[in-house]
Amino acid sequence: MSRGRGSNLARLIFLGPGLIMLTLLAVVPMLLMLSTMFFQRGRFGGVVYEFTTANFSRLFQPLYLNVIQDSLVVAGLVTVLALLIGYPTAYAIAQLPPKWKTIALLAIMLPFWTNFLIRMYAWTILLSGPGLVNEALTGIGLIDKPLELLYNRGTVVVGLLYGYLSLMILPIYSAVERLDPRLREASANLGASPVRTFFSVTLPLTLPSALIGAVLVFVPSFGNFVVPEILGGGKAIMVGNLIRDQFLKARDWPFGATIALVMVVVTVILLLAQAVVSRRTRSA
Amino acid sequence: MTLLSIEGVSRKFGNVTALSDVSIDIQQGEFFALLGPSGCGKTTLLRILAGFETPDRGGVRLDGADLLKLAPHKRPVNLMFQSYALFPHMTVAKNVAYGLERENLPRAEIKARVGEVLEKVGLEPMANRRPAQLSGGQQQRVALARAIVKRPRLLLLDEPLSALDKKVRAEMQLELKRLQHEVGITFVVVTHDQEEAMSLADRIAVMDQGRVEQVDAPVTLYDRPRTYFVADFIGANNLFTGAIRGGVFSAEGLGPLPSKATTADGSAALAIRPERVRLTEPTPGMVQGVVVDVSFYGGVSHIAVEVTGLGRKVLAATQGSARITPGTVVGVTWRPEDAVLIAN
Ligand SMILES: Nc1ncnc2c1ncn2[C@@H]1O[C@H](COP(=O)(O)OP(=O)(O)OP(=O)(O)O)[C@@H](O)[C@H]1O
Ligand SMILES: [Mg+2]
Repeated sequence: MSRGRGSNLARLIFLGPGLIMLTLLAVVPMLLMLSTMFFQRGRFGGVVYEFTTANFSRLFQPLYLNVIQDSLVVAGLVTVLALLIGYPTAYAIAQLPPKWKTIALLAIMLPFWTNFLIRMYAWTILLSGPGLVNEALTGIGLIDKPLELLYNRGTVVVGLLYGYLSLMILPIYSAVERLDPRLREASANLGASPVRTFFSVTLPLTLPSALIGAVLVFVPSFGNFVVPEILGGGKAIMVGNLIRDQFLKARDWPFGATIALVMVVVTVILLLAQAVVSRRTRSA
Repeated sequence: MTLLSIEGVSRKFGNVTALSDVSIDIQQGEFFALLGPSGCGKTTLLRILAGFETPDRGGVRLDGADLLKLAPHKRPVNLMFQSYALFPHMTVAKNVAYGLERENLPRAEIKARVGEVLEKVGLEPMANRRPAQLSGGQQQRVALARAIVKRPRLLLLDEPLSALDKKVRAEMQLELKRLQHEVGITFVVVTHDQEEAMSLADRIAVMDQGRVEQVDAPVTLYDRPRTYFVADFIGANNLFTGAIRGGVFSAEGLGPLPSKATTADGSAALAIRPERVRLTEPTPGMVQGVVVDVSFYGGVSHIAVEVTGLGRKVLAATQGSARITPGTVVGVTWRPEDAVLIAN
């Protein structure tokens, strides 16, 4: 008995700091923020504590629904592309000899060492009308006049992909790396072609990690407002921009909080789906 | 008829020689065992046969055709892995069915064969469990079932029964023998267990440090070991090092010992099995010693004799309980024809 209590105390000590940071300092303010959606905005910003459901009905106006839908499409597209590009990359890295593995992983993580904002601004230099890419393309005579590379939805997708691809690669890489090579050998030994082995053994066993990667890419893409602002030029706005505008420009906290709720709901649904799928593939 | 012939296969990992010039011919329908201490290259040899390792030198032919040219998934060879390598995301039944599904057999046949083999290994009630929900011995039987269900030409089993208790192990041994006889599968089985190798195998290859020391039928291996290693490794043995001069073997520090020298003069070793050793009244000119330990093992008794002039004890085995007591001075002898001489 005393032993059980002792280990509970130890558990509490270990869990304490992290848990307090995340609950008290993150969840509580967020809940307070979300609770404002039941109230009205003040004339000059702030919150007037009078109950209303107007914020919800406003959310269902086509203007906002469209933005939410567009954001889902963009984030979904980014996630699918990240999966299609990231999986082979992660798989290939896991097969490299140890030294090259380290180098490849460093290269994958390199972008993390610079600020996200700066990286995105750097991209505008690359893609702008007189930018490097257009210069190069006109230079080798592939095109006559500069392409409109910036300020459209495609650029936003590519920018987000560039920003979050490593979040897809890293979990998949570690799953492939952990996979017992004997399992693939056993599969071949039982008569499975390499392709069959991939779909029957490798993929199912790395799928839970790919799903984690998908959530890690989808969530920040969905709520992103930096990329649509900088690379999308404010033309292709997303949920993140809406929220930011409500808080910083319109000073409508209650409505901002209402839109933020959409993000929270989407995220929770995704996390639940990911948990269910990975539990099912793992065991039981 | 020779089914498999391994010709001069060598394999090095860095500076570790896993296999060194291994040549073995295995007959169609034979039950062949690989026996040897840990790290002697048994698994490496099986992995070469299955195609997961390539030899640095040498060749392997199956039915006269070059086996090394075939991709692993095209070889008519099934390997049961020492570590089982069960698919963790599949049920027991799915694991066993996997190989049959790759042959595109009708569903009904797959189901029937899976059920049949699971019954044989006593795991029918576990068919819908995942490997993680099984004990080590149960996992091993799933691995065995997965390998034998394909009924390949050549079945490679790496320590197939090591995790099983005595009773289940005996049942599985019978099952393997039955498969060999009824289905005509050729077996290459790696085992640590000498008794298992002795009782199951038609022939045994004894390996040490990547080399094949001797390939023979169990009885021959036991009665006529050709190398010091084999004499020492297979069963209990008393070994004396010395030399043959003029047809007589003399042990270091002991002088001439009873033997029938058939090998030429030169340094040699003499091996005599404990059950062939006779303890008598000491007479002059005979090897003598003092009984230091008597242990009764049910059917047999082991008597350890400290021999004057020899660093080691000589072991003798007698039927039933021994009437001798520790402290007795005895003469140690044997019939000359029971001694095995091994030239160095
Ligand atoms: N992939 C590898 N890389 C480096 N060394 C290896 C590799 N595989 C095997 N070896 C070495 O080759 C030797 C033979 O190994 P192997 O696995 O064939 O032994 P074994 O006879 O099966 O032993 P055990 O009875 O313990 O299973 C060992 O010294 C081992 O350390
Ligand atoms: Mg081994």
